Amino acid sequence: MSRHRGAIGWGALAAACVFLLVAPFLFRPYGVFILATWAVMTIAAIGLNLTLGYAGQISLAQAAFVGIGSYITAYLTTRGWPFWPTYVLGGVSCFAVGWLLGYPALRVQHHYLAFVTLAFNTVIYLVFRNEEWLTGGIYGITNVPRPSVLGFSVAKPIPFYYFCLAHLALVSAATWWLLRSPWGRAFIALRENPIRALSLGVDTRRYTLIAFALGAGLGGISGTLYAPLVQFIDPTPFALGLSLNLLLMVVVGGSGYFFGPFLGAVVAVLLPEWTRFAQNYYLMGYAVLVMLLMVFCPSGLFGFADRLLSASTTRSPAEDGTPAQEAAR
Amino acid sequence: MLADILQLFVAGLATGAIYALVAIGFTLLWQTSQTINFAQGEFVMLPAFFVLIAMGFFKLPFWAAVLAGGAVSVLLLGYLFKKLMVDPMIRHGVLPLVIATIGLAILMKESVREFYGADAWPFPPLAAATNVTVFGVSFAVQSLVVLVISIAAVAALQLFLNGTRTGRCMQATAQNPTVARLLGIPVERMILYTFLINAALVVLASILITPIYLAKFTNGELLGLYAFIAAIIGGFNQIRGAIAGGLLLGVVDNFTAVYISSQYRMAVPLVFLIVIILFRPQGLLGRVEERTV
Repeated sequence: MSRHRGAIGWGALAAACVFLLVAPFLFRPYGVFILATWAVMTIAAIGLNLTLGYAGQISLAQAAFVGIGSYITAYLTTRGWPFWPTYVLGGVSCFAVGWLLGYPALRVQHHYLAFVTLAFNTVIYLVFRNEEWLTGGIYGITNVPRPSVLGFSVAKPIPFYYFCLAHLALVSAATWWLLRSPWGRAFIALRENPIRALSLGVDTRRYTLIAFALGAGLGGISGTLYAPLVQFIDPTPFALGLSLNLLLMVVVGGSGYFFGPFLGAVVAVLLPEWTRFAQNYYLMGYAVLVMLLMVFCPSGLFGFADRLLSASTTRSPAEDGTPAQEAAR
Repeated sequence: MLADILQLFVAGLATGAIYALVAIGFTLLWQTSQTINFAQGEFVMLPAFFVLIAMGFFKLPFWAAVLAGGAVSVLLLGYLFKKLMVDPMIRHGVLPLVIATIGLAILMKESVREFYGADAWPFPPLAAATNVTVFGVSFAVQSLVVLVISIAAVAALQLFLNGTRTGRCMQATAQNPTVARLLGIPVERMILYTFLINAALVVLASILITPIYLAKFTNGELLGLYAFIAAIIGGFNQIRGAIAGGLLLGVVDNFTAVYISSQYRMAVPLVFLIVIILFRPQGLLGRVEERTV
């Protein structure tokens, strides 16, 4: 049974990779731009999935980290810095801020944490909007240059798409490795039963902070790519709306599933563009999908697929062990 | 100077009273059913549109429209919200319901934008936009009317909760559902009542605040946020906490806008919120909640 499911999984993964590699030749530049946006948002969603799906700490501040990363890159590269130092700086400073934001998570849980992070996001948004000397206020920062890699410029849409895709691949590989390391297992222990984890010698304080900081750092990296992608940064995209949207991406895809954010970002970033004729209706449909998923399958689309696959092969009690039901708690 | 301060204070109390109404509903839902309603702001946005539809399409006079819109809202945002969303989801825990209500908020906003329009529509005020002068200080009649109606509503609610049998049963349900059930209280029905009361409160808030802000599909975003903040500052598990939080927030907000920085007006309540959560998570007036592992 598990081999059967594994085969389906690997097949789907291979098909998705092939599609992503040939996609730029199938679409017009705007389509390539949207795909690059998908890759960038998926990185932010992977970060949030670490915090929410694996470590079980809700965060509504991911947009703030994407924003901080974006502004660091936009501000410095328009003042003549090369891209890579700003990339490192963006990731590291978001990691540090995320670490600090993790401290409330040590004191409060669940909905209180949601509100602390929500408040943080809104405060950061206000800073972006009001500190004109630094961020350009509502006029933003224009003409953000695109970087070059080993002397090759990736300024054109298709090379830049591959640039974003390469980052997505790197981030995915690093996360995959992380989740299989003792750290990843500690995160899951933290989500499943913090008190038991503590009694087994897991330093829950430290791992909560690390989960927050890593999620935030990936948000920052996503931001440093977002700035050269859109080449124009203003405060609007980093408002609370994006944080909620990223949260929905993770949950719709399946929080706690490695590929959940990828699928969630497809639903939240790609599908709205491909169904433009139905603009507002799409958002309504999306909202209804979120509600239906929460009623019938809180583990998201991946959880749903998991359930379908295990139901079609055997009616085993395997469901008890899926992250589905544990994540729901 | 003093006159200005008094004026600001009363205006702040008036908006604060509306926040308090919304926050009370929010805490009621939390107390009886552990529901965190992220769509609470949109719940305030929507009834105004029902009233506008009743006046526009069905040509009802204002008061009849308010009654009709209110009835539809209570049915939709009270009864159906509980039956269709909260009941099937509550067994999954707090988080899925939070996310589902975020979805609900998007659905309500987008539906209003699609089917009614993205403009800001004028809404008939309850009182003329004039000022009265008391002891040399002029107050907006609208603020005073809002304040009086909110106080009356809160007083009526308190009277109901403390003075009637049903009200006391509801309090018992909120404090300890298991024991309440053992004592023969129909817990399910009591929870339904809190949802209906919440719907009634948001209808009232909607009718009070929409003349000031105009009817727009995005109205709920800020209102919902302020209601959460009011509820948390005051104490998530106390009605009087929500009242105090709401009033405090309204006043602080107004003074910040005038005396500190209108740009960072929103930031002050938020920073306040972070500080309260970090140092007194149970809120200014709240009790510490013991939750099992």
